[in-house]
Amino acid sequence: MKERPSAHDFDWILLAIVGVISGLGVLEVYSSTHASGMAGMHWKQMMWIGIGLAGMFLISRINYHTLLDQAPFLYMLGLATLLAVLLIGHSRFGAKRWVELGGGVNLQVSELMKLIIIIVLARYFTEVDTDRLTLQDLAKIAILTGIPVGLILIQPDLGTAMVLVPVAVVGAALAGIEWKHAAVGLLLVALMVPVGWNMRHHLKPYQQQRITTFLHPEENRRGAGYQILQSEIAVGSGGFWGKGFGKGSQNQLGFVPVRYSDFILAALAEEQGFIGVCVVLLLYLGLILRLVDNAQKAKDRAGMYVVMGVTSILGFHVLVNASMVIGYVPVTGIPLPLMSYGGSATAFVFMSLGLVMNVRMRRFVN
Amino acid sequence: MASWSVDDQKIPQGRLVLFSYVSVGLIVLLLVGFWKLQVIQSGHFADLAERNRIRYIPIIAPRGAMLDREGRVLVDSYPSFSILLLRDDPKLLEKSLPPIEEGLGVSNDDLRQQLDAAKNEPKFQPVVIKPAASEADIAFVESHRADLPVLELMMVQRRRYPHGEMLASSIGYVGEVSAQQLEQSDGHYRPGDIVGKAGLERQYNDQLEGADGMRRVVVNSVGRAMRTLGDVEAIPGKPIQLTIDYDLQAVADSYMADREGAVVALDGRTGEVLAIVSRPTFDPNDFAVRIPVSEWQKLNTDPRTPLLNRAIQGQLAPGSVFKIVMATAMLESKALPENFSVYCPGHALFYGRTFHCWRPQGHGSVDLHKAIVDSCDVFFYTIGQRLGIDRIHYYATGLGLGRRTGIDLPSEESGLIPSEEWVERVFHHKWYAGETISVAIGQGAVVVTPVQLARMIATVAGGGKLLKPYLLKNLAKVSADHFPLSEDTVEQVTQGMYGVINEGGTGSSLRLENIEFSGKSGTAQLMSYEVGNRMGKKGRETNGWFVGYAPRRNPEIVVAAVIQGSSEHGGTTAGPVVRDIVKAYYEKKNAHLQRQATAKNDSPRAPVVRPLIATVGAGRP
Repeated sequence: MKERPSAHDFDWILLAIVGVISGLGVLEVYSSTHASGMAGMHWKQMMWIGIGLAGMFLISRINYHTLLDQAPFLYMLGLATLLAVLLIGHSRFGAKRWVELGGGVNLQVSELMKLIIIIVLARYFTEVDTDRLTLQDLAKIAILTGIPVGLILIQPDLGTAMVLVPVAVVGAALAGIEWKHAAVGLLLVALMVPVGWNMRHHLKPYQQQRITTFLHPEENRRGAGYQILQSEIAVGSGGFWGKGFGKGSQNQLGFVPVRYSDFILAALAEEQGFIGVCVVLLLYLGLILRLVDNAQKAKDRAGMYVVMGVTSILGFHVLVNASMVIGYVPVTGIPLPLMSYGGSATAFVFMSLGLVMNVRMRRFVN
Repeated sequence: MASWSVDDQKIPQGRLVLFSYVSVGLIVLLLVGFWKLQVIQSGHFADLAERNRIRYIPIIAPRGAMLDREGRVLVDSYPSFSILLLRDDPKLLEKSLPPIEEGLGVSNDDLRQQLDAAKNEPKFQPVVIKPAASEADIAFVESHRADLPVLELMMVQRRRYPHGEMLASSIGYVGEVSAQQLEQSDGHYRPGDIVGKAGLERQYNDQLEGADGMRRVVVNSVGRAMRTLGDVEAIPGKPIQLTIDYDLQAVADSYMADREGAVVALDGRTGEVLAIVSRPTFDPNDFAVRIPVSEWQKLNTDPRTPLLNRAIQGQLAPGSVFKIVMATAMLESKALPENFSVYCPGHALFYGRTFHCWRPQGHGSVDLHKAIVDSCDVFFYTIGQRLGIDRIHYYATGLGLGRRTGIDLPSEESGLIPSEEWVERVFHHKWYAGETISVAIGQGAVVVTPVQLARMIATVAGGGKLLKPYLLKNLAKVSADHFPLSEDTVEQVTQGMYGVINEGGTGSSLRLENIEFSGKSGTAQLMSYEVGNRMGKKGRETNGWFVGYAPRRNPEIVVAAVIQGSSEHGGTTAGPVVRDIVKAYYEKKNAHLQRQATAKNDSPRAPVVRPLIATVGAGRP
């Protein structure tokens, strides 16, 4: 047992996978934007990656036990920020998600909440100290998760709100959920769908449209259904080998919506083909398996929950984003981690990986 | 160590392994999804991507020009720009409207109205907000490409009628293809195509319209062209050369400018139309851009019927000009002796009713020659009674009245020459013999068009050759019918018409030096003297005719003119324009002959004065 974590214990393999994925992302951002009015975006993305890396090393320095100690405080801080954003945040694309940090930098505060919920739930699961969660435990987990989810939903940001849920679900599964509880939970979700459908009139117009166009994409070719269709056309027309770097007509002529961000996988699929998609998705699988490996080697359950919290969020992002690109789920605004252009999102991913490094580096430390 | 820290619990390795398997499974599922799109359906999507990217933009072919017989431009086309408003992005559109209103000088109401009208069209179809952009407008659009991307320029070809109202009624106008034409064209036309709607524009539309080309361009997601892949050039419409002589047309036009009526000048040897006027008329330039609905309604409901081509559609009583038909019928039918004469006391009694001569004091003893020269009504009443309506009908229709001349213009009217058969068919009663008396002086049920009347005179003076008037210069093989007339008839009737002008007749004020200018006047009452007198001056309004030609036999030029709604005699109202045209014709001809003579003397080479002009029409049936 060592007293201090060393650079040797840093997960260089994980970092390598992350580096390759980020590199591919920068290339595709370049390809999607170099010929447009947004040229130079890839430099900004590289800057964000740099900031993210710094954040990652910073977070890996702070003992995760210290972070878990502060869980109640962090939780209250998170909720307060979410409330503040609802009151003073400014709207973009019809939703209040952003706070101005000065200097033209806008922080999407719900990204911060993702980190906090990982820490808070890790602390709770560790505290429960059992292999069989009771109904009471589950209710507490639901409330802990539900409050921030609700606050983010009011913004409204359905995508980010949903992203918090897998942390609780995966955590509960790992802590030991009874089959009957799981079954009832699934049943409740199944029942919620029609209720949610009836509640759709309370959604913002753009959300309503997203849902209806998901169900009938051909009806409105220039509306939101148009986005899904254009994304599918981009992916499908890429074929097996792809059209070549910078040669995708759907991408280069701007038919693919936000091709540098949420739909970057469609842009990549068009230019690099099925082969390119295989490489990227297998890299993500590698990332997830490597994260699970870190969870398995964690020193304690607390570390394991932290790592699996990160894993479940990243995995959910990849799953939902890739499904959206091929038209399996509605457009939700969930970016592809590490590849989609975006400051807050990229920073979150690196900082959450910082938590993972943190756990790994301390596996031999007492 | 904090109270929550529990280190004795083992990591749930089995559950983590299960998580790994689930992850692998989900990634495989995603890959299956991509496989479906990228491998199984890739052809379908490649096709859709191609259709997304490539757009076909029509290159509008300019319509062919119309030239006069000497190659002077009467109608041509010019490229111009329309300003389009793109409507894809409603927010951007809303924001852009105020600067557009200011920059292009269009009113907010107009813009709203046009956007409203296009409300139900697909959003990607732009609205034309300025059909004919000025240079300043184009500069405005070009300089605001970045901040007003909702504006777009489209090149179109427009019709230009440099002489405005001149010839308008016969040239016609162009307009957007109608829904019906669109359906019948079997894909030849697209919505918004410009086609000839009336007159020569319609008659020779096939030659004039050319074939639009096509540009294949790569467009981006907002439909802006990024680069061109290839052009199919437009084939411009072919120019057509008309038989019109601009100089004669100008003479006719300036006389008719503020009058109501029509003029037709024919080449008496060929049937070529040298000048054709109908007034009041319209300015076809108004149709070349986009005629406002209010303007169109005004033209359509104007009681002065500016859209009517009076030269071929005006069906009017010919008045005394019809006496030439009567004279021909009298001589040809031999129903009366050649030296037949009548005593005219200024009126005569037929079938118990008194019919007046236009000269209340009468003409005294009148033979055929004097009857034509002085236009004696009583003489023609008498021979009308002797000939009977069916003989009159035979000769009138034989000379081309009451039927279409076949001129190459759409919607020609036929006029009407009454007959016993016609009365029985239409009114289901016997012909009233008294009606024949009115018909004999070109009144009653007789109506003809100016072009028919010009042709009738040309036929009589030309010895029976029934010409078909036409406007397309190189119309191959114009058929001419023949209505046989004896030499004696032609000589006597033409002597009469020569006398009208040269022997102190009704057209004696129109004499021309050194020209055998002949003709016949006509003054058709719009209602009987009795009704007219009761209604005062207004009721006396007449259609004043003059049909003149030269020379006396085998005329080179025949001109028919009618002035409507004047209370004066045809020789006074319509005579001068006929005389001026004939005079202009001879002045031009003599000048040309003189030039040829000097050219022959000065230079051994044959003079080539005019360049050859490509014309179409050859090979037409």
